[in-house]
Amino acid sequence: MSFFGLFKRSEPLPATAPVARERLQVLLAHERGSPRNSSKMTALKEDIIDAIARHMLVKPEAVKVKIDRRAEVSILRIAVDIPA
Amino acid sequence: MAKVLVVTSGKGGVGKTTSTAALGAALALNGQKVVVVDFDVGLRNLDLVMGAERRVVYDLINVAQGNAKLSQALIRDKRLENLALLPASQTRDKDALSEKGLARIIRELRTLFDWVICDSPAGIERGAMMAMRHADAAIIITNPEVSSVRDSDRIIGLLDAKTEKAAKGERVEKHLLITRYDQARAGRGDMLKTDDVLDILSVPLLGIIPESDQVLRASNLGQPVTLANPLSAPARAYSDAARRLMGDNLAINVPLERFNLLGRIFGGRAA
Ligand SMILES: Nc1ncnc2c1ncn2[C@@H]1O[C@H](COP(=O)(O)OP(=O)(O)OP(=O)(O)O)[C@@H](O)[C@H]1O
Ligand SMILES: [Mg+2]
Repeated sequence: MSFFGLFKRSEPLPATAPVARERLQVLLAHERGSPRNSSKMTALKEDIIDAIARHMLVKPEAVKVKIDRRAEVSILRIAVDIPA
Repeated sequence: MAKVLVVTSGKGGVGKTTSTAALGAALALNGQKVVVVDFDVGLRNLDLVMGAERRVVYDLINVAQGNAKLSQALIRDKRLENLALLPASQTRDKDALSEKGLARIIRELRTLFDWVICDSPAGIERGAMMAMRHADAAIIITNPEVSSVRDSDRIIGLLDAKTEKAAKGERVEKHLLITRYDQARAGRGDMLKTDDVLDILSVPLLGIIPESDQVLRASNLGQPVTLANPLSAPARAYSDAARRLMGDNLAINVPLERFNLLGRIFGGRAA
């Protein structure tokens, strides 16, 4: 066994917190009915999904909106699976 | 002017009672006159955490029903003379606390204390609604975990709809207190980040209380953690939160939450 093998787990498990955040944002946007006060990003996400749905036939779950928060800027990523 | 605070969460077991006791004692240590009120009818526990369980004679419902005077039910803390407890009743009839009786008690408490801190029961039933009814401000207790955040969101909605302030078209002032914060989990990337919780709930942060054995030790001894071990990490975090409530502008120490190498290498063993 190598020296580092003493400390390292064989396979570090992937982080689960980002998934938790995504699920909460989507869920709460729905449970609130109308977006509450200043949760701007959640409201934005809802609007994007609505806008796309108006122009093409996609299931809501085919639209993925993600906000990556970085120290300097945040990045908004939108991915839509369009049926072939 | 007295301030009525409700400590609430929706979800059970997140640290409401612990926080009520710790904040109440911390405010009292700062010279404030404080009463902590247990609203968990049928499941009272604040008396135990405060170490006053053997001194309970009359309770909230006895006073609300006019069977005892407020002064007979209030239990003065043995350590801090400006800290008092109003215990909940152990009756199983949760409707025994009347709206009118409660309104009268809160009015009277406002004249006697600087802070009236209401420890809410879990859930969104009548007891939780009664605890928030007269609040000027709410401390929302949230663990950085999906079900707790969801329930907090629900409670925030109710604070904006079902309180006396809401009925008058005013707003209940809200503070978020993140409790049971686990540094090791954060390092592994398995705990919701503080920024994410704040963004989702959009309530300003009052403090972050770390997960700590000191909390258990303090409750075993029947002492608020801010009195049992004032220098411990949770006690300091609670003391700072109390000072922020009093208007002090203390910076909040948000732990480093980068999904970091150390966290990955040492996993659960770090911190
Ligand atoms: N920061 C902490 N570190 C470790 N343990 C904690 C912490 N905060 C609370 N606990 C423990 O969690 C348990 C639940 O805490 P507490 O009774 O304060 O929650 P609660 O929200 O009042 O629960 P309920 O909804 O049943 O009234 C207790 O055993 C308490 O000691
Ligand atoms: Mg409790």
